[in-house]
Amino acid sequence: MELTLTNFLLFMVNCILTNNFIFSRYLGCCPFLGVSSKVETAAGMGFAVTFVMALASLFTYLVYHYVLVPLQLTYLITISFILVIASLVQFVEMFMKKSMPSLYNALGIYLPLITTNCAVLGATILNIDNNYNLLWSVLNGVFGALGFLLAIVLMAGVRERLESSNIPKAFKGFPISLVVAGLMSVAFLGFAGLGKM
Amino acid sequence: MHEKKLTMRGVFVNGIINENPIFRLVLGICPTLAATTSATNGLGMGLAASFVLLGSNIVISLLRNLIPDKVRIPAFIVVISTFVTIVQLLMQAFVPALYDALGLFIPLIVVNCIILARAEAFASRNSLLLSAADGLGMGMGFTIALIIIGSIRELLGSGTIFGTALFGASFEPMLLAVMAPGGFLILGLVLGIVNAITDRINARKGAKV
Repeated sequence: MELTLTNFLLFMVNCILTNNFIFSRYLGCCPFLGVSSKVETAAGMGFAVTFVMALASLFTYLVYHYVLVPLQLTYLITISFILVIASLVQFVEMFMKKSMPSLYNALGIYLPLITTNCAVLGATILNIDNNYNLLWSVLNGVFGALGFLLAIVLMAGVRERLESSNIPKAFKGFPISLVVAGLMSVAFLGFAGLGKM
Repeated sequence: MHEKKLTMRGVFVNGIINENPIFRLVLGICPTLAATTSATNGLGMGLAASFVLLGSNIVISLLRNLIPDKVRIPAFIVVISTFVTIVQLLMQAFVPALYDALGLFIPLIVVNCIILARAEAFASRNSLLLSAADGLGMGMGFTIALIIIGSIRELLGSGTIFGTALFGASFEPMLLAVMAPGGFLILGLVLGIVNAITDRINARKGAKV
């Protein structure tokens, strides 16, 4: 895929809306349900994921094409990618703590959780499966994560309202959140066909 | 749980009923949603995850005194991803159709919260046999939950269970159930119903005592 403005915009719409990580690919549902009770924390989580996913896309691309492929070790993709992501998260956390304390205070507590966010590992494996080059891999990471950010912030907005509404006891917490997510997913289904490449 | 002595049977049953990973703990939602478009996919995903759970619980329990506390999470992840790679290669070789259907979600078993949670909460503190029983129990609990949800979605979405048609040709399938939103909706409703049933059972128990 060559980089033109049309391709770029189509890709953006495709990643953020049509193939939203949460609503159409089911990736990253644990933090989506776990960290979406307040809009501020949801946004913090979303930005932390965006940051890590962009870096992870970059590094896993390099690891795959310059280490695994030449050594014919591509069957180790799962192990090597999760290690890259885990160490990246650790490294980002240490770096932020030292040099950007204000950002660390805002995002710090979400960082360790990102290692087990399947959207990050999912995005990096999708990059390889779809044969994206370096640029598109990073863009896929960034836009995919922005889609995640959009989904989790929307969800948090709804859940803040749910707090004060009258729900049957058995449906409090996870069940009603899943039903809400389902309805939002129906809405996102409306984007199907938009930004087809 | 820590007061009374843990038995293998108790630990096994605990994973299926009292602490069912999906219905009670609500862990591992992503594979639950993605792999339940049919009962067969649910079964396949459940068995693959059970194998990984059993294997990683056994190895982590054996290594629990060797792994330093500080690096335990990376060490657990390496053990888990090794088993995932084994499953991935086996499935690719023997059940390629299922492997294609589950696709991305086979490697993603690595980041399934249930497996890391059991490694951290159980296998790193208990003996080999108990950890194996816990892995099997949790795996079975996960598989059963996936089959239940998978059957409901398959029945509504295409009128079949495990590929066998249950209704006549006049059945209008509700496509939404097998599409992305259906996963969220049906899991939410099933969770709500399970909660309601458990509440009722507990209320009855309370009334007896």
